[in-house]
Amino acid sequence: MLQITCPYCGCRDESDFSFGGESHVTRPSLDSSNAEWSDYLFNRENPMGIHYERWVHSYGCGRWFNVARDTVTHEIHATYKMGEAKPELAPNTKSGGNDR
Amino acid sequence: MNNYSGFSLFRNALSGHRKWPQAWRSPEPKKHYDVVIIGAGGQGLATAYFLAKNHGIKNVAVLEKGYLGGGNTGRNTQVIRSNYFWPQSSAFFDRSLQLFESLSQKLNFNVMLSQRGILTLAHSHHELEGIRRWANAIMINDIDSQVLTPTEVKELMPLVNLDCRFPIHGGFIQRRGGTARHDAVAWSLARAASEYGVDIIQQCEVTDINTQAGRVTSLETTRGRIEAGKVSIAVAGHTGVLAKMAGFRVPVTSMSLQAMVSEPVKPCLNTVVLSPVIHAYVSQSDRGELVIGGGADVYNSYAQRGGIPMLEETISSVLELFPAFSRLRLMRQWAGTVDVTPDTTPIMGKTPVDHLYISGGWGTGGYKAIPAGGETMAYTIVNDHPHPLIEGFGLERFESGALIDEGAASGVAH
Repeated sequence: MLQITCPYCGCRDESDFSFGGESHVTRPSLDSSNAEWSDYLFNRENPMGIHYERWVHSYGCGRWFNVARDTVTHEIHATYKMGEAKPELAPNTKSGGNDR
Repeated sequence: MNNYSGFSLFRNALSGHRKWPQAWRSPEPKKHYDVVIIGAGGQGLATAYFLAKNHGIKNVAVLEKGYLGGGNTGRNTQVIRSNYFWPQSSAFFDRSLQLFESLSQKLNFNVMLSQRGILTLAHSHHELEGIRRWANAIMINDIDSQVLTPTEVKELMPLVNLDCRFPIHGGFIQRRGGTARHDAVAWSLARAASEYGVDIIQQCEVTDINTQAGRVTSLETTRGRIEAGKVSIAVAGHTGVLAKMAGFRVPVTSMSLQAMVSEPVKPCLNTVVLSPVIHAYVSQSDRGELVIGGGADVYNSYAQRGGIPMLEETISSVLELFPAFSRLRLMRQWAGTVDVTPDTTPIMGKTPVDHLYISGGWGTGGYKAIPAGGETMAYTIVNDHPHPLIEGFGLERFESGALIDEGAASGVAH
């Protein structure tokens, strides 16, 4: 069970939240090529290490926010509000190196 | 190859079973291979086997970072079926089921195929309508399928509780579906491939993929550089990691899919039963354990362990269907890292890098596709062109929009 700190409500159990996939994905302009549009629609970072992702506090305040979580250890390094920049995080040694 | 038979069993019994030869060789890696396959799971081993058997290409290595069949091939719940909706999926997965039906004879290794049927339940009138449509689509694709009434469901599984939280309105069964022992599938393919001269190299992790002028040339591994004419990636949950080494992106999300087994009991369930709505499935192994699975954990993970919320959801669903199982204790629970695609159809074929091929995106259903996956990938590697059965499964479908959406069509949830 993950313990996730909602930036609005505080620390709650994982079952309070729903997962929303990778964060900071930017929609390309309308004149983008098919390849760029396909990349935007379907390709995701899927890193072995720190993943910047969206969660929503479904059974709480109902608001979306961002989480920086390690996909190998499941350790949560930061939670931050929508619109804020990604926090700079040192590569995690526990997961055998970030960003593989 | 030492032929397995009743006579060889008798002969080896006389020497106390201490003189059985190794089933496959464990050679040192050579400097160069015609084809290198990354990943000694079912898909990789089957590809190597068919390269040697169907195409005579025997200078082949299968590299494995852990141990053979130790990833998702050894972690799945052994279910085999071909009850898909779209014609492309049906043709491919039924070819696989057909190959499974003769695998034990061809490989001289009992894979313990048991075609005990796979039953999909409907929990509402509307879902039953959907299941009728699905079952009809399967029959139109020339695959066996039969809609069952609640009474027939109860006859098939006397322990089922028809009046559960979401009452059972019926279901449909594919009687040719069932289970086969997953370790035996990996071991039999490894033994047969090794006999043809394929080098299976365990404890050898690929750390980088070298390319020159858009073409793959060699691999960096923990046991040195290996040159390769052609390379095929068959690494399930780590497909994205390997693609990144080669410099392209794949539309997969790696997640944990968990499974569990109970203590062994006498035969009490003679089919594989699954419920798409309450998201659980269960069968009984030949050893008597109830093998239980459910949905994937909701977030990206490479941890190879399952979370408690999904475990709880799966167990509560199974106990609602079979209240009698509440007396059983769980013996083991584990998870594998599955690579899920947006349309839940695998990614097979060529990649943006020349002479580099991919067999991935298997999500939660790669095990049943092992024989056909190997056969079609071997063809694709040799001809540098996708096999007709997997023409629609290529990476390019995400740009053309020709998705094969089994997620929507046949309830493949992940």
